[in-house]
Amino acid sequence: MLDPAGLLRKLGHVVVERIWRLGFAARFFWVVLMYSGASFRRLPLTLREIYFSGVLSLLIILVSGLFVGLVLGLQGYEILQRFGSTEALGTLVALSLTRELGPVLAAIFFASRAGSSVTAEIGLMKATEQLKAMDMMAVNPIARVVAPRFWGGVISMPILAAIFSAMGVFGGWLIGVVFIGVDDGSYWSQMQSSVDFRFDVWNGIVKSFVFGVAVSLIAVFEGYDSVPTAEGVSRAITRTVVTSVLAVLALDFVLTSFMFRGNS
Amino acid sequence: MNRTVLDLWVGFFVALGIAAVMFLALKVGNLSAAHLSETYVLQAKFDNIGGLKVRGPVKSAGVVVGRVTDIQFDPATYEAVVTMSIDGRYRFPKDTFASILTAGLLGEQYIGFDAGGDDKMLKAGETIAKTQSAVVLEKLISQFLFSKAADGQDKK
Repeated sequence: MLDPAGLLRKLGHVVVERIWRLGFAARFFWVVLMYSGASFRRLPLTLREIYFSGVLSLLIILVSGLFVGLVLGLQGYEILQRFGSTEALGTLVALSLTRELGPVLAAIFFASRAGSSVTAEIGLMKATEQLKAMDMMAVNPIARVVAPRFWGGVISMPILAAIFSAMGVFGGWLIGVVFIGVDDGSYWSQMQSSVDFRFDVWNGIVKSFVFGVAVSLIAVFEGYDSVPTAEGVSRAITRTVVTSVLAVLALDFVLTSFMFRGNS
Repeated sequence: MNRTVLDLWVGFFVALGIAAVMFLALKVGNLSAAHLSETYVLQAKFDNIGGLKVRGPVKSAGVVVGRVTDIQFDPATYEAVVTMSIDGRYRFPKDTFASILTAGLLGEQYIGFDAGGDDKMLKAGETIAKTQSAVVLEKLISQFLFSKAADGQDKK
């Protein structure tokens, strides 16, 4: 039977629950920032997380960056050929990678590769009551566990995005210049004349830094806030990936409209 | 504290990241060309700048010698005031002619400098006196059509 009052109650419950979580996430973010001092004073903790979320993501970033570059090179050549301007291939590949694809795709890969594992790790620590045990030993779990993972992600993300973009430009060069035979000189010179470091490359780095903060925060928060059961942790991991991807795409739109509107 | 294998990997990772940024800056972007030497500022007033944009190139004899840094509208004279930063290595005579040109038929617009013969050079902050506005295609076509029409009238 359809029960309008019950449906309304459920809807209200969901909305209130979401707002509650949002507020808790904001306070959690603040607490993580407050306790971040330890993750820089005890650098090995953060280095270990950079290793786990950055270095171990290198392979997927390198390979996918290369393939994205290859595809961009092929498709771009196909289109540009119709207008007889294949020497603009370098511009197309480099601008689309440094401005958009590099930061966004690297953030999405990072969320699925590293964010999910961070959530799983923290969620499992919560489920096995390791976080509580730390608290009992007067070790702050946020300073010891959460903050290093957060900063590890924030530091890794721009590096990974830059590697992704560089790899993609190399991939475009491989397809365009080596296989198809676009002129090598015009590939690089057209690229250099239209890609501005401070405008295009730097904005891409800023973007990837913002994505790094968002993805890392979502990953550690979902882990910390997960229901401490096997099912709860698996749901938290799913939520991490879904929320991160959505947040990255939404943030990308906002940042793009700030950075690139009006000029060029 | 001892060095660990983990440090090596993190160092490798960071070095790779720095290499990627350097590659993006020097090979992909134009950081090496844009800030090679110090620049000085010149201004020019145009009746119509067409599609000229900030960051557009300033060329002389086809070589990029500077960039457009600012475009303002002067409400007193109803002209566009274009500010350019010019490479400090290059000096131009006082009677240099600045015109707005188009790269190719549909390409981007840029400012072209035709150097004059004056002994005195333009100093930083000075305004170029001789300018030529952008060619507006619609005006050109209508001029052509009107002159054709006038020709037709004469022949009758």
